[in-house]
Amino acid sequence: MNTVNCLECDAEIILQSDVEQNEIIVCPDCGVDLEVINLDPITINLAPMEEEDWGE
Amino acid sequence: MTKVSIIGGSGYAGGELIRLLSFHPLVQIQQVTSRSHLGEYVYQTHPNLRKVSALKFSDPQQLEPVDILFLALPHGEAQKQITGLAEKAGKIIDLSADFRLREQDLYEKWYGKPHSAPEWLGKFTYGLPEINRTAIQTADYVSGVGCNATASILAILPVMQSQFVDEHEPITIEIKVGSSEGGAEPNPGSHHPERSGVIRTFSAFGHRHTAEVIQAFPIDKIWLTMTAVDLVRGVLATAHLQLKDSVTSKDLWKAYRSVTQENPFLRLVNEKRGIYRVPEPKVLAGSNYADLGFALDEETGHLVAMCAIDNLMKGASGTAVQCMNLMMGWDEKLGLDFPGLHPI
Repeated sequence: MNTVNCLECDAEIILQSDVEQNEIIVCPDCGVDLEVINLDPITINLAPMEEEDWGE
Repeated sequence: MTKVSIIGGSGYAGGELIRLLSFHPLVQIQQVTSRSHLGEYVYQTHPNLRKVSALKFSDPQQLEPVDILFLALPHGEAQKQITGLAEKAGKIIDLSADFRLREQDLYEKWYGKPHSAPEWLGKFTYGLPEINRTAIQTADYVSGVGCNATASILAILPVMQSQFVDEHEPITIEIKVGSSEGGAEPNPGSHHPERSGVIRTFSAFGHRHTAEVIQAFPIDKIWLTMTAVDLVRGVLATAHLQLKDSVTSKDLWKAYRSVTQENPFLRLVNEKRGIYRVPEPKVLAGSNYADLGFALDEETGHLVAMCAIDNLMKGASGTAVQCMNLMMGWDEKLGLDFPGLHPI
């Protein structure tokens, strides 16, 4: 069982056994999108997300 | 079944108590008193309770002994009647401000007059389980909480407990409040043409609930600023604090996770997607949950900490029922599992 820690909030995330390179996974705690950029070793990066801005 | 009565049940907090206790599996409401509505059905004042409660408001002079008394009287009344009321029940939960502060001087400073029963101040335990759970479990007399104080205390609880706050810097808490905080009695400011659509700062500093926050935490400089907004229910407290240099965002996640795991009614709302990314009182109406959130400027160490509640629930009657559960050794969440509505 592969796990990674969220880059935003440090929550432990359990990866599916069939996770693929460039797959986007979602942190169950903070909801941030994370991209799996490498499978061996498992490496993730923050993926771009839509920002909210109601001030315009 | 444990027998309870509510003294002064015609106000909004009293109505919420009746609603919650009517569905509580281990209690039976014996009497709900009201001088102004004596003899009327409870549902005629609290219309959501039609077909829920067949009780009529009874005379406070004809109060029968029960196991637990809830006092929902106007501020200043409970302290005048406390000795007589204590003869009617072994346990009392007072929702008013009369017994929230431990020290007589503090009461006089913030409420502007001497306390009528100062010998009772030390007998009451401050009724916010998130900071006082163990003491409440063994207490016979528990005070209610100020709604704005509750939102403020819970907003900063994780960082205060973790000792992340730079104590040399002041804390400012901006609080947006709904109209039901003002109670069921009308006043010129609550008149619909005056209150509707309002964003009005009615207390820049010096609000009485500040005393409860100071009592909870040893803070030298703290300001609470109250702004009335166009809501019926709800409080949003937004605190601005300076953290110690070494505290990171991940430290905060750890602290908030710990506090929300220890306290069944605290939830962390810090989402990176969707529209509900931060705490918002709207979805908490009728619920006893308090939603916490935070954002850290890591460059400067400036923290914005938020807490949203329903002022009549977590800020009053919900917490009072939570305290009753603890005092009786019951599951803390009993009768309080309503999660709120969405959309609303």
